[in-house]
Amino acid sequence: MKKIDIAVVDYGMGNLRSVSKALEHVAPTKTVLVTSNPHEIARADRIVFPGQGAMPDCMHELDARDLRQSVLSAAKNKPFLGICIGLQMLFEHSEEGDSAGLGVFKGNVQRFAAADMKDGNGDKLKVPHMGWNQVYQTHQHQANGNQTHALWRDIDDGARFYYVHSYYVKPDDDGLTAGFSEYPNRFTSAIAKDNLFAVQFHPEKSASAGLQMLCNFVNWTP
Amino acid sequence: MLAKRIIPCLDVTDGRVVKGINFLELRDAGDPVEIAKRYDEQGADELTFLDITASSDNRGLILHIIEQVASQVFIPLTVGGGVREVEDVRRLLNAGADKVSINTTAVLNPQMVADAASRFGSQCIVVAIDAKKVDNQPFEWEVFTHGGRKATGLDAVKWAKYMASLGAGELLVTSMDRDGTKIGFNNPLNRAISEAVDVPIIASGGVGNLQHLVDGVKIGGADAVLAASIFHYGEYTVKQAKAYMAQHGIEVRL
Repeated sequence: MKKIDIAVVDYGMGNLRSVSKALEHVAPTKTVLVTSNPHEIARADRIVFPGQGAMPDCMHELDARDLRQSVLSAAKNKPFLGICIGLQMLFEHSEEGDSAGLGVFKGNVQRFAAADMKDGNGDKLKVPHMGWNQVYQTHQHQANGNQTHALWRDIDDGARFYYVHSYYVKPDDDGLTAGFSEYPNRFTSAIAKDNLFAVQFHPEKSASAGLQMLCNFVNWTP
Repeated sequence: MLAKRIIPCLDVTDGRVVKGINFLELRDAGDPVEIAKRYDEQGADELTFLDITASSDNRGLILHIIEQVASQVFIPLTVGGGVREVEDVRRLLNAGADKVSINTTAVLNPQMVADAASRFGSQCIVVAIDAKKVDNQPFEWEVFTHGGRKATGLDAVKWAKYMASLGAGELLVTSMDRDGTKIGFNNPLNRAISEAVDVPIIASGGVGNLQHLVDGVKIGGADAVLAASIFHYGEYTVKQAKAYMAQHGIEVRL
């Protein structure tokens, strides 16, 4: 059987071509497979868990394809990168459609509160939060002291990444936060724990900073 | 803070990027993949491809172009022109587009916008609104279709709200009276729409210099500015445009 280096989990929601193309670009010698086959997900060395659209639909489609267990077991021990709704689904609950998530982490997914959506000049901030925003890296407690995560290697603190979303995660445990952005209030835009890393922005659409992150993921040994 | 976006727009026909000269003569401007890569290197925040192919025979070429661009350029790509049904949206997304822009069809069949948004998510559905100032209506700006030739009787501001309510994730607002004039965006139109909706708006039509981009953001309230000719003709690079906007206090991705 052919080795699968990276499986991109396909549960029928949105465009996975961008993710797989970007991975192939940074890792031309690796086998990148877009798959909805649980056996292939189980065999892959690394997992990318993307997601677009609305979280209730994503959860529904994931279950319709019987992929919940595959994703949960990959999340236990493989290098795992969640992107956008793939981050949100790791949490217990989302305000979007009042839906349950996978519950890997405690916490909620919340909508940008209409009352807060003003910038420093009093101008309206739009929802979805769409475009390039700065991502600030946080120092997390790790075995070898407090430092930024390996997936931030060679990426400037405050580098801009491309976002498009109306909901963000609010982890119960602040220690999960590996990065944050401001719109206008600070929100968690990257989380990390053990073999898991997940981001609200789209590294596959974030030019050189995003490609660097995907490259770091491909070479990451948690 | 979130940056204001600069989006170069490429008109594509029969597989090539073309430049219109006074809307009459179309001149070949080169290979879409090469041009896309150049704008990406200059720091473009997104790219928009407008398929202006007249014959349906050659419509499939845009898919091939998007496939090639998407495997080499890793910023958001929007494709518009001739999008008539949900299946067209699916094909473009599968080819590597991140967003699909819907224009005339949104007017003829608004339900298609709702269907596409519910199937693929609002994040990838852009509704393009071509508006013109009119004096024969109880409102100021009317929606036009078919490249500005057909009046619809629709109030552009109300239409923008309706499209956002159906699931458009973004609005591309083109002022038909400004398009090609190089006298600047129609800022009152853009401001009126931007204040009426919660979704981001892209201002389009009329850019002739870099101050126009600044005005589009500061006066027109645009979240993104789209321009074609000032970049195609090499008058300015995207990098120069961003530097100018930054000097004028606009947050951009440098």
